[in-house]
Amino acid sequence: MRGARRRAAALLTAPALAGASALLWAAAGAEAIQLKDAPGRDLTTGRCIICHSLEYIPSNAPAMNRAGWQKSIQKMKDRFGAPITDEEAKQILDYLDGSYSGKS
Amino acid sequence: MVTRRELLLGTAGGWLLERVWAGEGAGSAAADTLTALAGKKPLIRRALRPPNFETPLADLAAPFTRNDAFFVRYHLAVIPHVDAAAWRLQVAGASAQHPLSLSLEELRSGFEQVSVVAVNQCAGNRRGLFTPRVPGVQWGNGAMGNARWRGVRLRDVLNRAGMAPEALEVVFDGADSPVLPGTPDYLKSLPVERALDENTLIAFEMNDQPLPHWNGAPARLIVPGWVGSYWVKHLTAIRIEPQAFDGFWMKAAYRVPTGAFPGRRFASQENAETTPVTELMVNSLITSHVSGARLRRGERVELGGKAWDSGAGIEAVEVSADGGQSWRDATLQRDLGRFAWREFRFDLDTSRPGPLNVAVRARSRSGAKQPDKLTPNPSGYHDNIVQTVSLEVA
Repeated sequence: MRGARRRAAALLTAPALAGASALLWAAAGAEAIQLKDAPGRDLTTGRCIICHSLEYIPSNAPAMNRAGWQKSIQKMKDRFGAPITDEEAKQILDYLDGSYSGKS
Repeated sequence: MVTRRELLLGTAGGWLLERVWAGEGAGSAAADTLTALAGKKPLIRRALRPPNFETPLADLAAPFTRNDAFFVRYHLAVIPHVDAAAWRLQVAGASAQHPLSLSLEELRSGFEQVSVVAVNQCAGNRRGLFTPRVPGVQWGNGAMGNARWRGVRLRDVLNRAGMAPEALEVVFDGADSPVLPGTPDYLKSLPVERALDENTLIAFEMNDQPLPHWNGAPARLIVPGWVGSYWVKHLTAIRIEPQAFDGFWMKAAYRVPTGAFPGRRFASQENAETTPVTELMVNSLITSHVSGARLRRGERVELGGKAWDSGAGIEAVEVSADGGQSWRDATLQRDLGRFAWREFRFDLDTSRPGPLNVAVRARSRSGAKQPDKLTPNPSGYHDNIVQTVSLEVA
């Protein structure tokens, strides 16, 4: 069902939606986890939480390495339209690989 | 259907949990977090948003999985609470000669009502048990359940809409939608022959109750024998089309290497490399015991569980208590229908102390058996390998 979203998207830019979404989650106290503290955490949190809760990151860590995270970030950008610049993608990759690569 | 205000507030309201309860439940691993969505009992939380909640093992022991215990699986985070009184189902497309717009009442009263008992299982059920690990929602055994689904036959609705002979696929859209404009909406298609199968339903009841919100209210698609990804929730639009649907969730997701698995082919969506996941594989689950359980020597212990396939029905369930050297038939319980799971029971021999490794394997009336080895595939689908629980008699 796209109509509703289109109407909403016409009123709100993606970053505004992202901000609203993150604020709502914080306000509701519904976000269950925080990501590990390391450079890039806030950027990663802010971009990922637009569309999904953060649990996906630690739960997928055992299946991930740098190449896996690279593929995942690329998919979010290219297939799902995540508003992530190339520079941000690199920072997010460094953070996720450094903190959540569990695949041997 | 959703205003900006609802998107920002109402939808978020829908996320608010009635209560959050973390702890260890029967049959769930210690690391699992149990959380209750509104209207649901505490379920294993794989992700909060989009909500992906798994049924604990203890709740898979009953013949019918309770509505408040049934697993929840979403791809996209904007999930409106659909007003059943205002809801309409559009049936159109290039191969629909008489497009329809139906209210829930028109759907209920305008077509013959039928019901089917069927397993609804996520294609990625057990992904979290894959070795080596693969990315995706890390489901254990509980991205599945068995329910009685009541509704109308999809084919009756398609025929009323004047389905043209050249129709190739039928495309389904639900009320859930993505947060970002660039994210593909969740649409799935079925080949016409499966859409016209008498068991494919548009259901509005689950276990004699209206569909719960988190399971697709007010109406969802039921495709018995096929993986849950086709069972589109909160159905809003059906399109009958003369060509293959090229949406992301058909062309790029829910696919396995071509030829890697048995099961019905979806020819118009297949290419040389990959093909859509379609039918369920024959499978079984021990629900009475988990590894680590201790049994008292000499006491009567009944092993119990469920076996299911894609609709041929279960022919036999065999149990081995000696590491797979010898197998004996379990007793099959009541047959709830060929798309339902079949309960099995087996008396364990507790006369000798020591480890007791119990394996279960099901055989379909189609002849298909559960394999010993996993067939690797990048997205972690179709884990139906023989499972073993390690018990201890003392």
